[in-house]
Formats: sequence, structure tokens, C-alpha cells
Amino acid sequence: MSSQDVLIVAETSRGQLADVCGELLGAARALAALTGGKVVAVLPGADGSVLAGGLAAADRILLADAPLLGGFSPEPYVAVLENIIRAEGPRAVLVASTSVGLDLAPMLGAKLAAPVVNGCRAVSVADGALQVTASFYGGKLLADLTVTAAPAILLLAPGAFRPTPEKGAAAVETWQMPSPLAAGAVVFEEMILPEGGDVDLTQQEVVVAVGRGIQQQDNLEVVEELAAALGGAVAASRPIIDQGWLPATRQVGKSGMTVKPKCFLALGISGAPEHVEGMKDSGLIIAVNTDPAAPIFEVAHYGVVADLLEVAPALTQAIKGA
Amino acid sequence: MTAAHARVKPELEFLMQVPLSPDRKTILDCMQCGMCSGSCPLGDAMEYPPRQMILEARSGGLEAVLRSPSLWMCIGCATCSRRCPRGIELTDGMWPAMRDKAMQDGIQPPAELQEAFQNVFKYGNSLGQSPRKRLAWAENLEVPVRDLSKEQAPVEVLWLVGDYPSYYARNRTVTRAFARILTALGVRWGVLGNKERTIGDCDRLFGEEGLFESLVEYNRALLDQQQFEKIVLLDPHSYRALERFYPRFGAKYPVEHYMTFLAARIEQIKALAVKPVQATVAYHDNCCVGRRYDCFDPPRAVLAAIPGVNLVEMEHNRQDALCCGGGGGGMWLDAHIAAHGGTRLAERRVREAAAVAADVLAVSCPFELSRFEDAAKVAGLEGSLKVRDLIELLAESLDLGEKETV
Amino acid sequence: MKIAVVVRQVPDLIEPVEIAASEKTVDLGMATFRANEADDFALEQAILLKEKSGGSVAVVALDFGDVQNTLYTAAAKGADRLITIPYDADLPPAPKEAAAAYAQVIRGLAPELVLVGSYAHDELESTLAPLLARELGLPFVGVVRGVRPAADGGTAVVFKEFPAAALAKMTVKLPALLGILGADQPPRYVPVSRIRALMKTAKIEEQEAAVPDASSAVTVRRLYHPAAGQRAEILEGPPADVAAKIAGILKEKGVCK
Repeated sequence: MSSQDVLIVAETSRGQLADVCGELLGAARALAALTGGKVVAVLPGADGSVLAGGLAAADRILLADAPLLGGFSPEPYVAVLENIIRAEGPRAVLVASTSVGLDLAPMLGAKLAAPVVNGCRAVSVADGALQVTASFYGGKLLADLTVTAAPAILLLAPGAFRPTPEKGAAAVETWQMPSPLAAGAVVFEEMILPEGGDVDLTQQEVVVAVGRGIQQQDNLEVVEELAAALGGAVAASRPIIDQGWLPATRQVGKSGMTVKPKCFLALGISGAPEHVEGMKDSGLIIAVNTDPAAPIFEVAHYGVVADLLEVAPALTQAIKGA
Repeated sequence: MTAAHARVKPELEFLMQVPLSPDRKTILDCMQCGMCSGSCPLGDAMEYPPRQMILEARSGGLEAVLRSPSLWMCIGCATCSRRCPRGIELTDGMWPAMRDKAMQDGIQPPAELQEAFQNVFKYGNSLGQSPRKRLAWAENLEVPVRDLSKEQAPVEVLWLVGDYPSYYARNRTVTRAFARILTALGVRWGVLGNKERTIGDCDRLFGEEGLFESLVEYNRALLDQQQFEKIVLLDPHSYRALERFYPRFGAKYPVEHYMTFLAARIEQIKALAVKPVQATVAYHDNCCVGRRYDCFDPPRAVLAAIPGVNLVEMEHNRQDALCCGGGGGGMWLDAHIAAHGGTRLAERRVREAAAVAADVLAVSCPFELSRFEDAAKVAGLEGSLKVRDLIELLAESLDLGEKETV
Repeated sequence: MKIAVVVRQVPDLIEPVEIAASEKTVDLGMATFRANEADDFALEQAILLKEKSGGSVAVVALDFGDVQNTLYTAAAKGADRLITIPYDADLPPAPKEAAAAYAQVIRGLAPELVLVGSYAHDELESTLAPLLARELGLPFVGVVRGVRPAADGGTAVVFKEFPAAALAKMTVKLPALLGILGADQPPRYVPVSRIRALMKTAKIEEQEAAVPDASSAVTVRRLYHPAAGQRAEILEGPPADVAAKIAGILKEKGVCK
């Protein structure tokens, strides 16, 4: 069976619907309006019925409930989704560029012999085909693509699509697998959460984040002082965390925290997509970078082309002095 | 070689092969007088200052020395080497050899140093800047810049610009001023454009002998294609490497640091120095051309040629000048040094300048400019003490400052 | 443990990525290449595993984009075998075709573990790691930050990254292929002299592997650079002035008093 429906792979995080579901539904509703199909949200995982309410923008919500789908184990997830996609025959499958999505999309694409496009920033329809704009090379290049094959599996670039206030029919169904799921060779055991006691970045009003521009671990002191003067907390982009200069709980970006503080200071951060997705919705973004062409300036409200090691102490002074 | 050398422990063999001139000695000749540790500006912060390093190494404690953070704290000022009564090759020999050995044994150097090495390896400069932007400093410069990498032509002076002078914002004023001065002096000069890579002195001092060798190979192939009477440099470190270490690889070129090059043209300069520069100027003797080569008078002669300059001497000058802390990789190790109790050397120095009521601290090494300016800010001297390269002062007097270009 | 690692060369983004006149492909003629960062982590993870539990590490790469340097560096870090697949084209293959090529070589190595970087910035359609796993018929999980061999030797424990610094602990039956994004430590530094020494002694083996012709259901209409949109209002002046301006803005927005 094939249809013009747009299917999304919904995700959960610590027992709640993941924030990405908003973006997935927003993208799906817009695309479905163009294809003339419905929006179908698939929610694999145990206890899905509790969360279905959050997917009200969809027309149909397919719950795939099974103990093997409790935590993310690739093989059962792929089996369920493959089964659903073959049965439903959607025009497009939208997947978030998350740890789960980045595994599922290529695996499904291979099994279904369906094209998989990374980094999708825009999708429309023309001449009966999907027109997709995707970004790669770290955001330095865009590609306008035509995809005729169905289904097309599209990994959405984080933050490229907005949630929608629209509501769909939101009919909840339980998907019945034709045969029982089997445990695969890769099995989820448990989620290890970071130790408590450290600052929760998501609760901060002010976040002062540093990137490679900090150069040396000891320069963090200058940034700590600034954060203290502002009553905020220090965070960092991935390279700093990889070096071990700050604990993982301070990472902002793809594998770290997503924060929306009142004020986000990006110091010495170039603005790679993996980081920006974790802070783009902050109220006020001020960026300091020595490179005038740094992508961070496209996301910031105010920018300074200078060395953070000069601006940060001066700013601390200015704040304390006033 | 003494009889003692014949019985050197196998684990110390590598120290017997350090670069040695016939008059220089190995650590086996050390008499533990302590002159080195006492002279070292960072000696009191090191776990193993030079004397203790030698003591430990000779008594079977080499491993501890190699693993110590103080291994990465020498900034290459050469005060110890200069004063060692036995003439032991410390700065250019023992330290790089120890560091090389540490890395060969898998000991990881400080992260910021790793990044500097990798930048040099990939991009030919420690700043990690694109090689294609090497001539960006010359944008809109009103004097012509002869790019010998694009069109080879014989020149009088092949000017090896250097990393910081090419890329670092503060240094570019000096670079542009020097281009104007060379032209004003009627010198036929050229640069290597995007093909230029660092000379590698700091990489060698920090133990990356392999990286240094690869740079020698590259630079030699490049320089051998060019026709020039001499190489002139802004960077004393590069001068030293080209003068002393490149010839060991068969790459020998006539080379001068800009101070002696200008001093040799002092009469011409005097005639062109029309604008007075009214300032009390304290000159900071750099380590790599100053202390190492006793080059103290030429820069003073250049300053004396500038009308209006009142030259004063700081407490520690000439041989005893206090290093700015930037040499030998120090530019990449401030955090490491600070983390292990080292003081900011540059701060001590700017206070000395203030103590002799200098308006201007004059420098002649690319590292010194930003280091002393930062130190002046920290010491609360911003506004009362300016830091200027000799070249900038000279350019001002020759009325060759930044002009609006069409 | 017998481990195979795939290393890819990608254009160094320090330079802009050029587009061919046709606007349908990139033009890498002037590009400088570097090892894909995630593959660097994959190699580091492999070396760490070898150091802890013995075994061997074989590195497999397409002969593209100055890969020799990367391979000798891998040897300097402790890789035991360096294998290149001859490759002449101007552009690297897409993940699907690349997977088919690598699989031919890796099958012959019969490794217990294959480590591949979880992503590379030049991948537009799908990603190499899961596709290679499928070609090899190996179980797969990606976005992995740490790997530990289990005592029994037949499984490994892996840690999959999740948002907010969470990690999913998973057991994987070997042989398997993992998509690596991080390791227990950043890629180690090896001195250039060791790399140069290995250039004289280490052997790079060539193994032929057919790279299928590109076949894709996706048509590129056009490649282009994003418009240099700059949303930020740039504040000018020396640090003290800029700091005063920022402090003013922060007060205005109620961020500080």
C-alpha cells in the first residue's frame, strides 16, 4: 500500500516525549499539507499511551508497545518501524537527528532500499517529487535535491523546523506486530544518568559557554568570574568536554544539554551546528569570536569580533563596577 | 670526552647526542653549582629546575623528570646556558632532548602544546590559520609586495615574515611598517607568500625534533629555489634556528635579524628620520638575538637615531634582561606554567619599565608585543606605558604610518 | 581482540569548500584533507582496547586525499596493519558505495570488532557505519562513546551517548560494528619523528576492492553556499568599550542590575 502520508518517528526522553517531537510534527504537518496526505506519528516504546496526548498534531498515532522496546535497542526498533513503513507506505518518513534517529534512519533506509537524506532544512513538493534542501560540510554547503522514490527517509537538521500549534485528528491505535519481536545482538541494559550535585544548566538564567577559543584550561578562571558576576553558570561546547576540562553535565549541544536561558554568552565558540542546536532558542545570545565569519554570528543577537580573553575580564569589570 | 662518558648509563645515552658545538658539554660535566636553577626565571616554580633535573637523571630518576610538569616549563631564555660555568648545552640540548624522549615514551605534552604542534604540522603555523591567508597582512598596503612564490625573481632581501607577524592582529602594524621601511630604504625585497611556513625553532625547543626536521626539509627546498643576498627576519627565534641549526642539515643561508640589518644602514636612517618621537624609551633586550648573540648595541643605535627619543635602561638589561616568557613554546604554555606556580614574567618586566619612568617599552620580538601589552593591562599600566616594536617607532619617525588608501 | 578501523579523509574546513562549475558536485582540487575526526576517535578507541586486552588493530582506508600521512600516524599510535584500497576518482564515494568497497577488504580480515566514525561531514545520503555493518552482516549501534570488552570475550559493553550527558549502557554480541563518536580519552599525540621513522619502515598494503558506480534515488539540482546572513549586531571598539556596551544591553534586558 502506498499513500501520500508523512510518518514521523517520535522519541521519548526520561519518560517524557522528547522536545524533537515538536519539530517533527511541525515539519510533517507542513509537508502533509503539500502532499495531500495525513500525519502519522509512530511512538515505539513501553507505556506509549500515557504520552500520546503530546502528539495531538498528528492525525494518527501508532503505539508500538512491547517490553523489548523499553530502552533503545536497535534491532527491535528497526523491526517494528520496517513493519509499519511497509504496511503504511508513506511518502516520507521524518526522523530527528538524535542518537536514536541517526541509527534508525540509515538502517531503515538500507532495509527498505529507501533514500536517506541527512541534514534536511526544508522540504516541499513539486512535479510530484519531494524537493529537499539539505546542509552538509559542517553547514558550509547547501544542496537542493529532488527525491522521487517513496518512501524517502529524511533526517531533520536540528532547529530547522518549528513546532506547530495545529491539531490533527489524533486517533490513537495500537500497532500489532505480525510476529513477536526478538531480542537482537545489541541489547539496551540501562540508562546511566550524570551524577547529581553539579549545576543543572537547564535551570540557569544565564549561561556563559566557552569553546576552543578558551585555548587553555586555566583561562576558564576568567570565565568563571564572569559567570559568577552574572549569577550564571559556565558551560562548554564539545571539544572542551572531550578534553576533560569541564564535566559532561556542562556540555551544550547535540549530546549535551539543550538550554534556553534568558541570556547565553558564546565565548570562543565557532557555532557548529551540533552546538547551536543546544542553545539557539536562548532569549539573548551574545557571541564573542576572533573570526568575523564564524557561524555563531548568524545565531547571535549581538556579536563582538575580539578575543574572549580580553572581553571577558573587561565585561566582569563593567558589570561589577556599575 | 672524559672517562666518565665511557660509562654513561644506557638510559642517558640519548642525552649524549644532543646538538653540541665543540665547546659545549653534556650533563655528565655538571658540577651541581646551581647557577642554572638560580638564574632561571621560573626556577622556583619548577619541581625539577635544571640542576635538579641533572641530579635526578644521573641518579636513576629520569622517569620522574620525564613525567614532571616542570619538563614543559622552560621558556628558552638561555640565561642558564649563558651562565653555566661548565658550558653545558642546556636550553638547546638537554631540555629538547628530555622532551623528545618523554614524547617518544608516550608521555603526552600539555594539550595546548599538542595543538600548536598539530597546527604547525598541518598548516605550517602554530596559530592554526589557513596558509592561504598568509599575505592578508598586506591587504591595501600602498607599497608593492613582491610575492616570490608566484613569480620568482632575484632580490636583495628575502624577508621571512613569520607566523605572528603574518596572522596576529596586533603584530600586523609592525609587519606593514617594516614593508614600508624596506621600501623607503630602497631595498629590493620579496616574501614567500602562501608558501611560507614557520622556521620551527620553538618546535625544536619543545622536543619535536621530527617536526623541526620536516620543516628544515621543506624550507630548504623552498629557499634553494630562490635567489637572494640575504634573509631578514623579524623573529629572533627563527633567526637563531636558521643561524645555528639549519646548517647542521646542510641548509646554510646568510641571515640577519632586522636589528642588525637596520643598524648597518644607520646613516641612511638618520637622514630619513625627520619626525621626532618625543618619548622616554626603555629597550627590552630579547633573548634569542640579544642574550644569545650579545646583540645589545645595534638596537640602541637604531633608537638613538630617532630624534626626540630619550633612551633609559631598566634594572635588568643586556645579558641580564628578564625574558617575556614567550619563547620556546611559552606562547602556548601560560596556563600550564600558571597552574604550576609560575609567575607572569612579563609583568615583572613592565614594572621595571615603569620604575624608570619609561613612556614606551620598546621590543624587537613578535612574541613580546602582545605579552607586554597584556602584562601592562594586568599591572594597571595601560595608558601610562605603551609597548611598541622598534619598527613602529622608526616608522613613525620616517613618517611612514598607516595612511588611508584609495 | 582483532579490530578493524576505517579511516576516511575529508576536506579540512579551514578552507571554504569549492563547488564545481556544474553546481552538482563539490570541487576538491584545491582542498586540503585531514582524517575525519570521528574516525580519529574510532582509532583511539581501538588502540585503547588493544592496550588493555591485547590483540591487533588493522586500519583500512581508501587511497584518497593524502591518506598516507594519516596511516603512518595510525601506525605511530600502535596500529598493526595499514591497508589501502586503490582509488582514482576526484571525489570520494557516497556511503553506500564506500560500504561495499570496505566490506570486501574487511571480510578478509575477519575482525571481532569493526570501529567506524559515527559521522563524517561530507555525508549527504545516509552514513557509512550502519551501511558497512549491513554489508558485513554485523550487528550495529552508533553514536558510541566508550567500549569495554566483557570478560567472556564474546560480547562487549558499549556506552551510547544521549542528551544531557546521559549514557545508555548496552551489551553487544561480537563480532559487531560500532559507530564511534567519542573515546575514553581524546586521540593521543605522537611525535612527528615517530611518524617519519615509520614512513621508512611501515608497510602499507594495497588491496583491490571494487567501488560500485554511484547509484542514487536522489538527484542533486544544485549545490551552493548559504547566504552570509549575519543576524548579529556587531559591537565595535576596544574591549573596555565593548564591555560597557554589553553591560548596558544586559541591564536593558533585565539580565543584570
